[in-house]
Formats: sequence, structure tokens, C-alpha cells
Amino acid sequence: MTAEVWTVTFRVFRRKGAEAPHYDFFRLEVSPDEYVLDAIERIWAFHDRSLVYRYACHHATCGACGMRVNSVEKLTCITTIRSVARDGGEVTVEPLRNFPVISDLTVDMGDLYRSMEAVHYPAVSPVAAAPLPTIPAKDGISPGGPLREEPDAHRLNDCIECGLCVSACPIATTTAGYLGPAVLAAIQFQGISGKPALAGLADCEDGVWRCHSAYECTAVCPSLVDPGWRIMDLRKQAIGRRFRRLFGRGETA
Amino acid sequence: MSKPHAILIGAGFTGCATAYDLALRGFDVTVLERGDLAAGTSGRTHGLLHSGARYCVTDQESAVECIDESRILARIAAQCIEFNGGLFIALDDSDLAFVDRFVEGAQTCHIPIEQISPRKALEMEPAINPGVLDAYWVPDGTFDPLRLALAFAASAKASGAVFKLYCQVEAMLADGQGNLNGVRYWDRTTGQHHELRGDIVVSATGAWAGELAELAGAHVPVRPTPGVMVAFASRFVERAINRLNKPGDGDIVLPQRRMVVVGTTSFEAEDVDYIPVSEEQVAEMVKRGADLIPALATAPQRGAYMASRPLVGSGTQARSIARTFKCFDHKESDGIDGFVTITGGKATTCRAMAEATADMVCRKLGVSAACQTRERPLRSYREFYRAGEGARA
Ligand SMILES: Cc1cc2nc3c(=O)[nH]c(=O)nc-3n(C[C@H](O)[C@H](O)[C@H](O)COP(=O)(O)OP(=O)(O)OC[C@H]3O[C@@H](n4cnc5c(N)ncnc54)[C@H](O)[C@@H]3O)c2cc1C
Ligand code: SF4
Repeated sequence: MTAEVWTVTFRVFRRKGAEAPHYDFFRLEVSPDEYVLDAIERIWAFHDRSLVYRYACHHATCGACGMRVNSVEKLTCITTIRSVARDGGEVTVEPLRNFPVISDLTVDMGDLYRSMEAVHYPAVSPVAAAPLPTIPAKDGISPGGPLREEPDAHRLNDCIECGLCVSACPIATTTAGYLGPAVLAAIQFQGISGKPALAGLADCEDGVWRCHSAYECTAVCPSLVDPGWRIMDLRKQAIGRRFRRLFGRGETA
Repeated sequence: MSKPHAILIGAGFTGCATAYDLALRGFDVTVLERGDLAAGTSGRTHGLLHSGARYCVTDQESAVECIDESRILARIAAQCIEFNGGLFIALDDSDLAFVDRFVEGAQTCHIPIEQISPRKALEMEPAINPGVLDAYWVPDGTFDPLRLALAFAASAKASGAVFKLYCQVEAMLADGQGNLNGVRYWDRTTGQHHELRGDIVVSATGAWAGELAELAGAHVPVRPTPGVMVAFASRFVERAINRLNKPGDGDIVLPQRRMVVVGTTSFEAEDVDYIPVSEEQVAEMVKRGADLIPALATAPQRGAYMASRPLVGSGTQARSIARTFKCFDHKESDGIDGFVTITGGKATTCRAMAEATADMVCRKLGVSAACQTRERPLRSYREFYRAGEGARA
């Protein structure tokens, strides 16, 4: 952090009840190393108590504070102002797309949570089932630490159900029935071998085959889930399963 | 007779757990929360499921509450807990001088601990300070804050509780005798103001409990005591790493997801609505954290944040105030009936806080119903979001 002070105008999406949406402008003095969520919180605390936004943990473990910042999906608690603005400039903050807006910057995440539940994505797994692969550092996230495989140890899984990938997905925008990147990634994480219900969901028109490989999901995912890669892997799993079934080797082969 | 209606203010751990307990005891429950779920202290808590070892010398009442409640939570809320245990490590003479009292305190508070040789400790956790002189294993864990609150709230909803999020209580409503029988709130999603009547108003507003009590003309001696936490982008350890000494600043490093989080500090604040994170505090956390895990000195950070403890009491030294909770029956303390406040405590003890509050509410309203929250696992946290009702219902 530095003692640098920037003046930044926040252009914030607003909507109350059935009123027509509009944008409000808030000029703030900020440190460029503060996070976007800090600025939004100050707008609420000192300028406008009616501002509605969702957050909880402030360190990227809960997934509640996803928003569109300058039209790009961000977890605002770990997005520095420096990375999205310049001194004297303007930053636009809007709610996620592809979810119903409750008010202002808060969307209804119900559909995503219900779908994740329907595919039984566990919130916690043994580290053996959720290892920390070495993925090239991105966005200030380094690869996992020197974690040894301790089969008894558990950890909270990577997907934080933030919905950024769903908002960024060009297919989710046009196709309501599409399962979407987070849910498909949750199926891939568990594997479809021996799981006919999951396999059926993944291997259908609104499953893996709807994806157009735009990889927008992977680009915005703040938690290194890499849903784009997982969807491609799930396609391979689906094809493998079809072959096995063709040769009469059933579900568990 | 129709069910008694309880109006609960605040949807942090305490409010969600109390909604659950009261709903199971047959109450109609409406929860009003000015933000989203866990928008206060709860969402930003450090996330340590306390075995109680941290308090076994300085605050044994808290320590016993923690070991009892952490066992219950590990059973009913396993869905959102990394239960990998923790290590207390001694790094200097002052730490070594504390060991005897620590071992004795753990015994007194029936916290199962186990001495580990420094070599074994380094084998278990290669990232800790190689200068470790002594180590003890304790049954600590890490929880996901939002999901723990959601799990209690989902369970409350399954028993009929109604959650109204983004609804800020702005006035207490009284009957002719000056006793509370409702609240007025502002629905921030629509801009409209509403009145809601009930048989009892329960404030579970943590560090804001003093403000809410004032709305009713009552008094709660709660001292907002914030602390800072710094998250790092690598998971250096599998277990909670604690400094083996009296509770101090930056003496716990917790694993969580792909991260570790160092915490925390303890100072006093007037305005708890916005507490800035200071550069100095972050630097201090990095320094203290690096005593425990040297790699933190240069590891990339993932975020820095602040939350405010609701400490009850009026002592001078914030760290020495007991971390136990307190239920206030405002009829006794202020002569105002129909109003109860629950504050203080810890995330780890939220279920016990709920039980004590629901006991008090039942006593006041002459309801006889036993607590049922100890055994049954909570509903999946995702059930908070039920089809067709939107996130606000
Ligand atoms: C830095 C720090 C680290 C901590 N670490 C741990 C830990 O590791 N382990 C542990 O067990 N505990 C820990 N704690 C303690 C724990 O986080 C708190 O005790 C707990 O979160 C308090 O929960 P609560 O529900 O009582 O309060 P809150 O979570 O603060 O809930 C109160 C709610 O009331 C709402 N509210 C306020 N005013 C109004 C109004 N007018 N109308 C409607 N709603 C209103 C607020 O928005 C808020 O959501 C820590 C605390 C701090 C500060
Ligand atoms: S896959 Fe990534 S972007 Fe999508 S919901 Fe999960 S964490 Fe968020």
C-alpha cells in the first residue's frame, strides 16, 4: 500500500422495486491499492445508505461480491482500484448478468445454488480428491503451497459459487436451459463414471455440447476452477462413456 | 392458540442460529437484516473453529464453551468445515515458560491436546518456523463463514422462519405501557417502510447491539472491538497454526481453501459501519504471521479486511474482556418488556448463544419447549435459496 490518493468517479447501476434502472455517480478519494468493494462500502457508509450490494468474507472465500466492473466480471473484494481505473477516471459497477436483479448491485443467485445442489457438488473434500494442481500464476494468485497429500485432511473446494462464469458466458446469455460453466465444472470435478444421473445431465444438448469454447468462464473465474478446461474434459468423459456403453461395458467400466 | 411471533434483528451467526432454535421450538420467526446474510461481523470472521485451547489459560469459561460447541458444530455443520486440527507452537523462551500453564489449562477445560516433537511438527507442517521448540496438537478447524450462516438459516427456513434481507430496523414500536410489540423497518430494495408486530423482539446485532438498544431507550454495554486479517494466496499449512502463548496480535494462521489467513488485532472503534484497514496493521500481520510461517514475509497477498467483535463489558483491556456471550432481558435491565438482546460470544459458540436466548424467550412468554439443535445435522446451506421465492424470502 502507498500514501497515493486518486480521485475516481464510480458510476453505479441502481434499481429499486419496479422503478426504471439508472446510474448514480459518486466521486471518491481512494487509495489505488484499496479494493473496489472498499469503495462501494464507503459509498454506502458515507453517501447513500440505500445502496444494495452483497458481500460477506472480503477475501475471496465466500463468492458473494461478484459484480461487473467496466463490463468485466470481478470479485470486488480482491480487485484493486488500480487494476480497473486511473486517477481522475471513471469506473462503472453493475450487477452480474444472467441472474435476476434484486436491487442495485445484488442479484438472485438461487438458480446457481440450486443447480449446484442438484449435482451434489460438495463444499468440502478430502485434499486427496481436491489436490492443488500447479496452474500458472494468474491475477496475483500463486500456485498452491507445499501441500502434501494427506488423505485425512480436508479442504474447502475451489468453486465459491460466485456466478462470475455464468455472467461472462456468451451461451448462458442466449440459452436459458444451458447448465452453465460452474455446474458442468462441478460435475467434472466428481467424474461421471458410475454416476448415470450426472452423466445424463452432462451428456445432452443443454450440457457439455452447448458450450462454444469461448473460455470466458476460465478468464473471469477468481478461484482457479478453470471451467472451460473442465467442460472440454467432461466431453472426453462423455465420449468415453458412450464408447464403453456401445461395447457393452456399462457404467462402471 | 396461534404460534407466538418472534422478530429477530440481525442475520449473522447468532441471528441465524437463534431463528433456527426458535423455529424448532414452535415460534413463527421473522428475521430482519439490513444487509445480506452474514453482512456484519460474521461474514468477515477469521474462521477458526475454536477448540478452546487459545483461551484455556486466560479465559477458561470461554474455553469450555468452545470445546463443547466446536464438537457439536463439527457434527451438525460438517458440510462447511475443514476439520484438520491445529498446532500450538513455541518459538522462544516466553512461549516455553507458558507451556506448563497451557497443558494444565487444557486439562482443566477437558480439551484433548497432544505433545508433538519439533521434528514431527515440521514433518506434519513443513512450512512452519524451523526454529520450533515445542508443539501441541489441538482439535481446531476452519469454517466457511458465509456457508455456516447459510446452513443455520436454511435450517431455520425449513422449519418455517422467514428471512427479510436488506431490511433495516429503524424504530422500535411500543404498546401503551412502554413495552415493545414490534418494529418499523426500511426495505432498502424497494425504498418502502413497513411495520411488523410480534410477541417478542430479539436483537442479535453483535457490535451494533448498543445502537439497537438505544432505539428502544435501553442500554447494552457492548464494545465494538475490531481486528484485521490478511489472506495469502497459497495454502502453506493444513492445520490451524497458533502461537503457544497468551492470546496476542497476529498469532493465528488458518488454512482455508487455497489460502492461509493471518489474524488478528484488537483495538476499539466508535463507528462500526466503516472501519478502514490501515497499512500499519497489515504490515504488522505480515510480520507476526511470518514468525509462524516464514514464507509469509514474501508471499503474494489475496486480500486484507476488518471485522468488529462485539465484546461485552466495560473493562479497559480489550483482549482481557471475557469472550463469553450475554443475554439481556430488558425488562430486568431497563424496565422494558418484550425485548431481548443477545451479543458477545464467538462464531464457535453461536449455537449455545441461540439456545440460551431461546430459553430466555420461552421463559418470558411462558412457552415450554426444549432445545433441539444439538444433534441433528443442519440442512444443506444451499437450501437457503428455495425455488420460486427469490433471495429475499
Ligand atoms: C477480527 C475478528 C476475528 C474473529 N475470529 C473468530 C474466529 O476465528 N472464530 C470464532 O469462533 N469467532 C471469531 N470472531 C467472533 C465472531 O466473528 C463474532 O462473534 C460473530 O460473528 C458475531 O456474530 P453475530 O451474529 O452476533 O453478529 P454480526 O455477524 O455482526 O450480526 C449482526 C447483524 O446485525 C445486522 N444489523 C445491524 N444493525 C441492524 C439494523 N438496524 N437492522 C437490521 N439488521 C441490523 C448487521 O448487518 C449484522 O449482519 C472474530 C471476530 C472478529 C472481529
Ligand atoms: S467456476 Fe469459478 S467463476 Fe464459476 S462460480 Fe465457481 S468460482 Fe465462480
